[in-house]
Amino acid sequence: MNASKFNSEYIAHAAIALLLLVVLPMLVDPFWLGNLGKYVAFAFVAVGLVLAWGYCGILSLGQGIFFGIGGYAMAMFLKLEASAPNLPDFMEWSSVEVLPTWWEPSKYFAVTLLEIFLLPIIIAFPFGYAIFRKRVSGVYFAIVTIALAMTMTVLIIGQQGDTGGANGITDFKTLLGMDVISPEARRNIYFLEVVLLIAVAAFSAMLLHTRFGKILIAIRDREDRVRFSGYDTAMVKAFVFTLAAIMSSMGGALFTLQVGLVSPTLIGAVASVEMVIFAALGGRLSVPGAIVGALVVGFTKSWLSEQFPQTWLFLLCLMFIASVGLLPNGIAGGIQRIFSSKEQA
Amino acid sequence: MSAAPSSTQKNISPDAIGQRPVLTVENLTVSFDGFKAVDDLSLSIAERELRVIIGPNGAGKTTLLDMICGKTRPTSGHIRFRNTELTQLEEYEIVRAGVGRKFQNPSIYEDLTVRENLEISIPQAHGVWASILFRRTPQVRARIEEIANQINLQDHLAKKSGLLSHGQKQWLEIGMLLMQEPELLLLDEPVAGMSPRERELTADLLRTISLGKSLVVIEHDMDFVKSIASKVTVLHQGRLLSEGTIEQVQKDPRVIDVYLGH
Repeated sequence: MNASKFNSEYIAHAAIALLLLVVLPMLVDPFWLGNLGKYVAFAFVAVGLVLAWGYCGILSLGQGIFFGIGGYAMAMFLKLEASAPNLPDFMEWSSVEVLPTWWEPSKYFAVTLLEIFLLPIIIAFPFGYAIFRKRVSGVYFAIVTIALAMTMTVLIIGQQGDTGGANGITDFKTLLGMDVISPEARRNIYFLEVVLLIAVAAFSAMLLHTRFGKILIAIRDREDRVRFSGYDTAMVKAFVFTLAAIMSSMGGALFTLQVGLVSPTLIGAVASVEMVIFAALGGRLSVPGAIVGALVVGFTKSWLSEQFPQTWLFLLCLMFIASVGLLPNGIAGGIQRIFSSKEQA
Repeated sequence: MSAAPSSTQKNISPDAIGQRPVLTVENLTVSFDGFKAVDDLSLSIAERELRVIIGPNGAGKTTLLDMICGKTRPTSGHIRFRNTELTQLEEYEIVRAGVGRKFQNPSIYEDLTVRENLEISIPQAHGVWASILFRRTPQVRARIEEIANQINLQDHLAKKSGLLSHGQKQWLEIGMLLMQEPELLLLDEPVAGMSPRERELTADLLRTISLGKSLVVIEHDMDFVKSIASKVTVLHQGRLLSEGTIEQVQKDPRVIDVYLGH
């Protein structure tokens, strides 16, 4: 039974890789491929949430913070390149005359890449370790993180001249001289995203099959017992929270590259809660499930808002309520239930 | 059945055995909002001793174990395990020092199999990296089999532990403690909810364990106490009421008055 479970998981990973790499790029037009790229960027966050929330029970409603870190790091680099040798346009509008010092590192692509990976570590790990040591968990942790996500949007919007404020940062042209806005360029970025997503998904699935993965489940179900088995559970939780943060940041950076913009609404409290919905709908206990969740929610949102411009939000809400009621473990959980009942029959 | 291996008996020179106690509790007090759950309590546990603690509800038995294993911080007093002062350590540090704790309600990971439950308790891979790189080597398998045999769960290794019977869950938790290779085990009502047959097996198990380790057991069932204990400590209102063999304690008028007489 365990072997068949492993096989079906393997098949699910392969099916998603095939769908994203071959089937969908052949079927959809450039506009929808662009949209798809957007959903794929969110899928990084969803995979991180499977690790942190699904397996370790850490419900973070602040993943937008890390999505924003990656997104803004990438945007700052692209913006400087697009406006060189002048200052970014929004700075000029706010009569900022010299480049703020904290923008200096964004002149270099290598530093930008480092930021995308290191900033989430520098922020998530100490924050996580401190707060998990204090035994803040469950709903209280969710409240703290959502508050931080709100704070971050306020901070960004308040610094119009330094951050582009509520409008965000947009109007990019090239990345290291390579065009990033033509349909062909977007197509290439899409494939880059998918390849990275497959790597992240495979890494996560492998991690969950190690003893570490079992410890995550154990902490989720009985953290006390794990402590009394000699583990520093705060360390384990901070580690997995940091992993989820890095994945969010990667997603944010790729989002900016693919969509050509980053703004506070994409990383605030509402967006952060939406990210949790991807994982909840797709299946928070399944890496492939969470990816499907991000794609399905993203697509439904775009499609509904086109078809029913007035009522789409209500329809989306109904969909969530129905799915949580009928499929407590999301789409992946539902599929597993169908298969396991067939096996027993 | 193999007796508890003696390979874990590190840090003890042979002549220290039987002389220096494993655990010394000195003037231990904890008060919750002015109520003293444990009040100026002192006791000591010898090497390879199986000590049973009895006492009426609210006597402070569980609170005492909570303080030894770091779950509750004492207001004052000392707890020394060999040469380590435990009162300032984190729970996981106390475990790594060699103290294992079993809770009153079976506390196991119901979503994991029996094998995985035991495997997680192996002490050699506590760090994040060590646990990612951990492999199920033949030695690990053998160790898991050995403990599973000892706790009568050898035929249930692949079963989700949530599906075990109540008594089997109790055994599994004891098995998880044994995997940790502790030198002192603290067991809170290990036979609660067990059938008479399961109680017998558990008594055998505890006697086997005590050949190589020290145990402190909280128990209510006097028949079970008689079947395992050499020395009994009676607590009452957070204080030590009486201590001695089971016969001595049962004859003690103070004990009869507050506890056994009812």
